[in-house]
Amino acid sequence: MEKHYTDSKVKGVSTGTTILAAIFDGGVVIGSDSRASIGGEYVSSKTINKVIQVHDRIFCCMAGSLADAQAVIKSAKSHLSFHSVQMESPPLVIAAASILKELCYKNKDELQAGFLTAGWDGKKGPQVYVVSLGGMLISQQVTIGGSGSTYIYGYVDAKYKPNMTREECLQFATNALALAMGRDNVSGGVAHLVVITEKGVEHVVVPGDKLPRFNDE
Amino acid sequence: MALSTVLETPGAGFNFENATRNAALEGLFGGGQTPKPLKTGTTIAGVVFKDGVVLGADTRATSSEVVADKMCAKIHYISPNIYCCGAGTAADTEKTTDLLSSNLSIFSLNSGRNPRVVMAVNILQDMLYRYHGQIGANLILGGVDCTGNHLYTVGPYGDINKVPYLAMGSGDLAALGILEDGFKHNLELEEAKELVRASIHAGIMSDLGSGNNTDICVITKQGVDYIRPYQESEYKDKRNIKYRYRPGTTPVLTEKVVTLKLEVVQEAVQKMDTA
Repeated sequence: MEKHYTDSKVKGVSTGTTILAAIFDGGVVIGSDSRASIGGEYVSSKTINKVIQVHDRIFCCMAGSLADAQAVIKSAKSHLSFHSVQMESPPLVIAAASILKELCYKNKDELQAGFLTAGWDGKKGPQVYVVSLGGMLISQQVTIGGSGSTYIYGYVDAKYKPNMTREECLQFATNALALAMGRDNVSGGVAHLVVITEKGVEHVVVPGDKLPRFNDE
Repeated sequence: MALSTVLETPGAGFNFENATRNAALEGLFGGGQTPKPLKTGTTIAGVVFKDGVVLGADTRATSSEVVADKMCAKIHYISPNIYCCGAGTAADTEKTTDLLSSNLSIFSLNSGRNPRVVMAVNILQDMLYRYHGQIGANLILGGVDCTGNHLYTVGPYGDINKVPYLAMGSGDLAALGILEDGFKHNLELEEAKELVRASIHAGIMSDLGSGNNTDICVITKQGVDYIRPYQESEYKDKRNIKYRYRPGTTPVLTEKVVTLKLEVVQEAVQKMDTA
């Protein structure tokens, strides 16, 4: 079935990605690149959407096998929606993250997908959770994931400060994605960013040619 | 294993008995090869234009290096407003789209509505994901519904993507080149048809697995225009003589008529209550 040669561990289309999420003062920014690849060689989509809304104030970023991630998120969305109806209130961010974690952990042998969950809820405000490949769930202030993340650990460690303003955090996220996309061959395209606060949700899309340049000339 | 003459309802999941039989046979041939499954080795493409969606496909079906079908139909009917191009294993694309079409007909009859493209895509995604890539179907779904004109791709592992233009199959890189160069948002009908025709033509010329004629399917709010073929191959062969046999070619030597005697054994009348 594979017509594109691959020694990649992910079968089929891989998100081969850079994803990140960071908390700022009053909200959270979650973002990703937009490239989907097969076998580390062929870009099957330049405009894939990896930031999925699972509820009004909760977004998830996916990494790993695109098919597995889309299937898990579909199932999680449905569970979360039902949970929200039963509780008669908007779900907590940790509820969304826990649902993803259950799916990833219980099916760890079959699945190859990891997620970042970010959102705002009334109980704890802005939060970021990481569900890794095997189903570990942890909460962090700032987190990066995907193959492109390896190139920006230094940048994130040095430049992230807690309680940044919204503009500072957006700039930080854009810079981080741009740096990762500049070095990782399976990350690229446009930068999708979502800013979530108590008041609402805002999508920011930065096209490839408007991304900040770092010694690119 | 039941007799081949007795219909046995299959259990859940895949039945790999034939695969094990093939493996055993391959050993018997002493190095020979069992026939490969029919693949479409295809070029398919789709474009969203101002008033709808245009889908295109070549018409060659190959079985290894032999062209098995020169006029294969790769644009499958899903519902009155949705059509699907399929690349990959021919049987898989046929059966998957047939199954989808039947299920959507039942849905239409129950709900009284035309199905939405996103519904067809979700059903396909769920089904293909369940089989983890074992169903070799690379599909382009295009259609028009109350929410607009849509074009989706569904991969064999169950990943989906919504796009304004698309090419799949073994000839996709050639076709994609034409599409990337010529695509603009809100194309007119004739421009869109020409763009799809050119991209399929590029696939036919540059890919060995694609060839023969080009089919085009235009889907708009007003209806569907399935043009088959839209463009015929430049290399069509011409038959020089007819191969028909006239009646009387084979002489009749003897004739024997045996009348079948039938007698009524039992007659039963059942009244129907219509009151």
